Order: sequence, then structure tokens, then C-alpha cells
Amino acid sequence: MSPPDIEVVDDQHVPRDVDVPLERLRDHLDNTWRLPPGLFGWLCSIDHKSIGRRYIVTAFIHLLLAGALAMALRVQLAFPEQQILGPDQYNQFFTMHGTVMMFLFAVPMVEGVMIYLVPLMIGSRIIAFPRLNAFSYYVYLVGGLMVWASFFLNSAPDAGWFSYPPLAGPEYGAGKRSDVFAQMITFTEVAALAVAVEIIVTVLKLRAPGMSLDRMPIFVWSSLVTSFIIVFSMPSVVLGSTFLLLDRLVGTHFYNPAEGGDVLLWQHLFWYFAHPEVYIIFLPSIGLASHVVETFSRRPMFGYPAVVLALISNGLLSFGLWVHHMFATGLPRLGNSFFAASSMTIAIPSGLVLFCWLATIASGRLRFKLPMLWIVSFFILFVMGGLSGVMLASVPLDLQLTDTYVLPSHIHFVLIGGAVAPLVAATFFWFPKMTGRLLNVPLGLVQWMLFTIGGLSAFGSMFLLGLSGMTRRVYSYPHTMQWDTLNLIASVGAWLLGLSFVLFTINILWTLSRPTKAPENPWQASGLEWSLPSPPPIYNFVLAPFVSSRTPLWDSPGPLPVVGGLRFDRREVLVTTVVEAEPDMRDPVPEPTVWPFIAAMVTSVILIASMYAPQPVAWGAIPFAIVMVAWLYPRRMVSPPAASVGPQAHQA
Amino acid sequence: MNRAAAILAGAALAGCSRNPSILLDTAGPHANEIQWLFWLFFWVCAAVWLCVIGLLGFATWRGLRRWRDTPAPATAPAEERRLVAWVSTGVGLTFAILTLFVGASYAVDRKLISLDSGPTMEIQITGHQWWWEIQYLGETPSAQFTTANELHVPSGSTVKLKLRSSDVIHSFWIPNVAGKRDIIPGRENEATIRVDRDGVWHGRCAEFCGYQHAFMGLTLIAETPDKFEKWKASQRLPAAAPQSDEEKRGQEIFETGPCGACHVIRGTSADGHSNYAPELTHLKSRSSIGAGAAPNVKGYLGAWILDPHGIKPGVHMPPNLQNADDFQALLAYLETLK
Repeated sequence: MSPPDIEVVDDQHVPRDVDVPLERLRDHLDNTWRLPPGLFGWLCSIDHKSIGRRYIVTAFIHLLLAGALAMALRVQLAFPEQQILGPDQYNQFFTMHGTVMMFLFAVPMVEGVMIYLVPLMIGSRIIAFPRLNAFSYYVYLVGGLMVWASFFLNSAPDAGWFSYPPLAGPEYGAGKRSDVFAQMITFTEVAALAVAVEIIVTVLKLRAPGMSLDRMPIFVWSSLVTSFIIVFSMPSVVLGSTFLLLDRLVGTHFYNPAEGGDVLLWQHLFWYFAHPEVYIIFLPSIGLASHVVETFSRRPMFGYPAVVLALISNGLLSFGLWVHHMFATGLPRLGNSFFAASSMTIAIPSGLVLFCWLATIASGRLRFKLPMLWIVSFFILFVMGGLSGVMLASVPLDLQLTDTYVLPSHIHFVLIGGAVAPLVAATFFWFPKMTGRLLNVPLGLVQWMLFTIGGLSAFGSMFLLGLSGMTRRVYSYPHTMQWDTLNLIASVGAWLLGLSFVLFTINILWTLSRPTKAPENPWQASGLEWSLPSPPPIYNFVLAPFVSSRTPLWDSPGPLPVVGGLRFDRREVLVTTVVEAEPDMRDPVPEPTVWPFIAAMVTSVILIASMYAPQPVAWGAIPFAIVMVAWLYPRRMVSPPAASVGPQAHQA
Repeated sequence: MNRAAAILAGAALAGCSRNPSILLDTAGPHANEIQWLFWLFFWVCAAVWLCVIGLLGFATWRGLRRWRDTPAPATAPAEERRLVAWVSTGVGLTFAILTLFVGASYAVDRKLISLDSGPTMEIQITGHQWWWEIQYLGETPSAQFTTANELHVPSGSTVKLKLRSSDVIHSFWIPNVAGKRDIIPGRENEATIRVDRDGVWHGRCAEFCGYQHAFMGLTLIAETPDKFEKWKASQRLPAAAPQSDEEKRGQEIFETGPCGACHVIRGTSADGHSNYAPELTHLKSRSSIGAGAAPNVKGYLGAWILDPHGIKPGVHMPPNLQNADDFQALLAYLETLK
């Protein structure tokens, strides 16, 4: 028996896309790439656009839920001595807020955007390993459901989003709460590692012919750097959370000082991941913002090589800063000074990107559309966060500022300004491409005002509260501390911010109920994705575009030059070389299948069961092995005999 | 709202007119050094923020003025050079400012290290969920004593604090005096403080440590060396023997009831050292109970004994339901622990 998955060597006479006229080719491709109908087809889908959309929608729901928790926290803190939330509830609320925002909103959101946009931006039909991609989504979905289920069962994590042992350890962490936290990390990291590998391979091997590395869109560069950060940082937290689970479940002593363990080990392992995590969220966001700046300035990004190098050096430097989260733990002073200097260094590449944006705006032909407003918010809020970060990087200052409200202020300025504002800009910008509809502008304006004013007042007063000595993670505070006024301002600001997201949701839902009428390229942007219909067909590009510049739609008036030669009677994709993106080979694309979904369910059951007993890890291997055999079972390529398609091609 | 009144009264008792800020009302050289460093960072950062926002405004104005409906043509070499000069200046200034910051931080750090030398006394502080055990170490066992939640130091002296944890991670912080130092189980951390101004200063745990992290307060009392020595001498003494019958009965209840299982009162059969609960030998010399959760007056003390969770939910002390006579006797005895 010949190995069925290997392509026949003699394929000179197969039907190729160049043999049929364009209209017929579209019909053929629609037919070839069609999903099975109904719910089953939905579960089978391995299309990067539908999986990416699911990631984005799921992450957005997490944002709304965790945001609602933040609103409740701010109700509790609005006035001194309130008893609306008790300490137990408050601890669960703030832990859920941080955990969900970091692990189930921010990281999956940027992953979803990368999954959706990267293949479109590089002119590919698929994301590499599309089945793995579907698998990763379902794993993430179940992880999120598990966490919220635990929340509604009063069993949510309650030791903070970095859950330091021993507070999260077996002795002091009650019930299953910290197990839920540790296992949620497992779900997120399985999904994130899968996506990172897909993105790296997609970017390096599936770019349109001619798109050499120096012609890649900036978002694609930031996705590549981010994916490498995920690959190198996630294993550290994998180890950390596994140790925590083992300590809690089978009585190991990794974090138990009484038996030779060390509680600081967790902090090192966690922050070695969690500092780069901030850049996992931030780099794709500045990639997205770069496209907004470039498009509305109507000139190619100024200093493209500098911006790319800044992204890469941000990625590298992000691994050398984790100790600045631990200055107060009493590590050697000289070592602290080194990490202080390295932490400040990262302001240089970040600043460089901002300066290049300013140069682009100043030398361009600026049109001030709605997405640009969010770039203004980026500058107002993120620069504040970045500068307060420089303060926190100084060892002596950090000893006073750390663990006060300066810290929540800093992280919210950085993430709301540096990641959420660009993501909202990107939503306004790419929404027409994803759905064929333009979001409502007046609603967007109100949303922007609420967002910026709310953000400034909430996080600005948190900064002042920190200076006034208010420690973070307190469920209440005495009136005598003189923190009342600032807390009330912070609460009102937070509610305005919350209201802006209510308006955003209304805007999205209302727009989705309108007819589709967005043009292909409503912003006259330069990227390949804007040459596609809105929304794009399942196979993205009818013919692979040929790229000869960094801003292809601006530089070639008229239709893009294309490269043909792929088969249209089965799913195929063009693979190109790593550096120059020269056509390398045709590669078959896997069929849609339900097995990734089933594999994800089996994985989830094993992971959840292993919070309660160690044995499921062992017996779970059996169903998982069966599923993997089914998933990878070699299938004969279904290709119609050449004769049935060939004549049509000749008639054409 | 009882609670609000309690804390208000507690603070009034402790003489809390202090601003808990890290910037106003600094009490020692550590906080002073960090204060000027903060203002250096703050003003430079504020200027940078204004510059960046100003530049954004300028760039936007310039970009809008040049608006045409077609993509911009390739930038002229002269303009390209100008832009490169602008961006390089920005990056160069960033570099210069960061160098200044690193240098200033390093200098202050060295200064802080030099402040730590030559301590004249050592105090061991153990963090518990959610209170502070304070042991004054002496040359001989008789010179040592233990107290809780209220740290007395002589003003002007350099004091070394040995920080231990009995359970989870805590962080020792008195904002007016110095930066934080984490208290980590399995590690022996130290902090050195010097308080130059007499008075009452309030600190609290800064690392999240569970339910009552919010109310894990610590009071620092800096007093003249004379007063400090007097206080120390009085603290070394065992508890005064009860006088009235009711007080004697109270002591008996303390010793035989649940109290003595965790709490220590020197000079009674509940002697020794306890890892579980604050030492009560000189309970009434302190201004608050429950690590700053309520003022140390008879009413709150009684309420605390009956149901500590009403004042500090989640605290490890169980409720104690007793008959009224026993309860009054116990309270009367505790009131004698001056």
C-alpha cells in the first residue's frame, strides 16, 4: 500500500487555477473550500477567520464580565468602611478581575487578532496547522468556562492574579480555589503555545510571493516577535503552575520552606513569564496602532526598520526585567540595580516607536478619522503608564511605591492605554473587513470621550492614592486615612470607563443588525487584506497576490499582480521561502474535521479531573491517544479524477 | 457603622493626625532620601509627558495642514533627514533622562545602604495572619520581652528589624519612615529604620496576605530614649497580680478557659511563648486591638472576645460564648493588664 498522504509525483496534468477564468475559479474554490453544513460544520471549521472571530468574541465577553467585576470593586471602594462585599467576596472579585483580564481577555484577544489578520495581511489562504488552531480555541473556551463556573460556585481563585504561595499553597489556600487558578493557566498556556507555533510558521512559510521579510506589515512583525516571546516565556509558568498543583495535590514541597522548598521560586518562575506577558499584549497592540497611524497619515511608516528593530529589542529586553517585581523581597542590592537599569532601558525602544509614529503623522497627509482618536488616547494614557513604570523601575522609589495603588494605576495606564486603546482602534478599523459593516461614528465619539476621561480620572487618582499610602488589594479602608475623595473620583472614573464599553457593545450589536455595505477598502489602506471583499471569502485570495513593496495597494494602482499554479479541485496553499518569500512548493491543506473539537474536550476533561486527583493524568492518556489516532489517521486525498475537471478547464 | 466609629475612635486615641502619605510628613532619613528622588522623577516625567502630548498636537496640526486625498509621494531626502534628526533627538533625550534616573537611583540606593550601618538595637518582628509579633531581643533572657502590633523605638537611633513570617508572605511598611521589606517564610529578611521625629506613625502590611490584609495595621511609636527605656522596663515586668475577687476569677477563667490555649500572659500559668496569638501581658498599654481593627477600650474588647469576626471577619480567633458573669470577670481581669 502506498502512503496515501504523499502527493503523486506526476502532477503535470492536474487542474490548475490559471487554466480557468476568474469567475469560474471563484465557484470552484467556493465548492472546494465549503464547510459541512449546520452545527456540525461549525464545529468542524478550521478556517482561521472563523476561529479568530471566535477567539475575539470569547475574549470580548471575558472583558465585559471581568470589567463588571471591576465596577463592583469600585462600588465597594467608593466610600470608606463599606460592607457591600465582604473580604472573601472582595478577594475573589479582584483575583478574578486580574486573572481573567490577563489570561482570558488580553492574551487570547491578541491571539485572536493575530489568527484573524496575519494570514490576510501576508496573502495566505490559511494559518499553518489549522486543526491545531481549532483545538487551541476549544481548550481556551473550556478553560474560561471552568473559571467562571468556579466563580459562580463561590470557588473562584482568591489569592491575586499572581497567587503567591504559601497563600495559594496547600496550607493557606482554601478549597479548590488556587487549583482553579493553576489549571486555568494550563488551559491558557496550551492554547497560547499552539497559537504561537502556528503564527511563527505562518509568518515564515506562508507569505505571498515577493513579501520578503523587509516588506512584512508591522503587525506581522509584532505577531512574529510576540509568538517567540510566548514560546520562550510560557514554559516558565507551565513549570510554576505545575509545581503549585503538585504541591497542592500530591504533597510535593517545591514551595514549602519547611521541607527545603522555596516560596521565591514561584515568584521567579511566574514573573519570568508574566513580565514578558505584558509585551505579549503590548507588542501586537502597537503593531495594530502602527497600521492605523500609517493609513490615516497616508504615507508608509517612517523608520520602518527602526520600528521593527524596536519590536525585536522590546521582545528580547522583556526577558531581562522580571526581578523588578521583586525588589522588596530582599534580593542582593547590586543585582537589583542591574534589573533597574535594564527595566529603564526598555523605555528606549518603546519611545522610538512613538517618535516614529509622530514623524509619520507630521510628514503625512493626515485624515483624522475615528480610529485616530484612539491613538490620541494611546499617547495620553500609555505615556503616563510608561513614565510611572520608569518610576517603579528605580529600586529605592519602588520600595515605597510597590504594592500601593501606584501599581494598579501603572498597570492600568499601560494596558488600557497601550493595549486596549489600540485594540479599540483596531476594532473600528478592521470591523468593516471582518463583517462588511462600518461602526457608528457618533456613538464611537461618545465612547472615546468616556474612555479617555474615565481612564485618566480613575487611574490618575489611583496614582495619587498610592502616594497617599493606600496599599492595593484592601477590601475596605478607614475614613481616617483621608482616602475618601480620591477613591470616589477613581470609582466615578472607572464607571465612566465601564459605560464606554457598554456603548461599544451596543454599537457593535446595532451595527451587526444593519445590512452589509462596507466597501473593500473604506480607509484607502495599503495592506493586502484590503484587496479582499468585506468579509473575505473562506479561501481569502482567489490567486496568491504578488508583492513588490511594503504598501502594495498604494504602490500598484489597479488590480494586484498575482501568482497562479495552485490546484482548485482540492485545498492547496502556496508555501514560500523564509527570507525572500520565493514560491517553494504547493502544500495540501487539511480537511475540516471535528476531531480537534473532540480532542480539546478530552484534554479539558483530563485537566479538570486532575485538579481533584492525580490519576486522571494517567488514565486520560488512553482516550486522548484514541482521539489523536483518529485526528491523525491518514486519509486518501479525495481528488476527482483529472478527466472530470480537465475538460471544463479546456473548454474555458 | 459601629466599625467606622470604632476606627475613628481608635485613630483618635492613637493620635492620628499624621498623613499616611509617602511624601508629606516624612519621619526619617530613609523616607527623606526617597522623597527627593520621587520629586526628581515626578517633575522630569511630567515634563516628558507634556512634551510628548505637545509633539502629538504639533504633528497632528502639521499632518492635517498637508492633507490631500492621495497618498503622500515619497518623502524628499531633505525632509527625511529632518525627521531622522527629530527622532534621533527624541531617542537621545530619552537615553539621557534614563541615564540620569539610573544614576540618581543608584546614588540614593548607596545612601540608603550607608544609613543601615551601626544599628544600636535589634527587634524581631514576626508577621502573622493578620497581626504583628514584636520581640525585643536582649543580652539575657530576662531582658527580652514580647509584645504585639505596637512597635516602640527610641527616636534618633538606628534600629535593625529582623523580619520573620510564621505563615504567608507579608510586607513590613511604615510609609512615613522607609520603603517596604517583604517578610517571607523560610527567609531571614532585615530592615533598618531610623525615626527622627517623635510621634505615632502608622504602618501596615503591604503584601496581600489573605482575608484581613486590609486590617493588618502596625503602630510605630517613636519616643525620647528616656521614655523608651521606661516603657521597656515596664514591658519586661510580668503582669500585675489581680486584686479584687472578680479579677482573680477572671484570671482563672483566662488560664483554664480557651484563652490561655493561644494567648500568653507572663506571670500566670499561661506563660511561655505562643506562635498563635498576640501576647497579652501588657494588653492595656496598647492603643488598639486586632492589629488596629478597633480601639482598646472595654466595650470593644468585650465585643472582640465574644465575636472577633464581627469586627474583623475571617480572623483566626474563634468566637467565645460564655456566661455573663464569667465574661465580666474576664473583662475585668484583662482591664488590669496595664
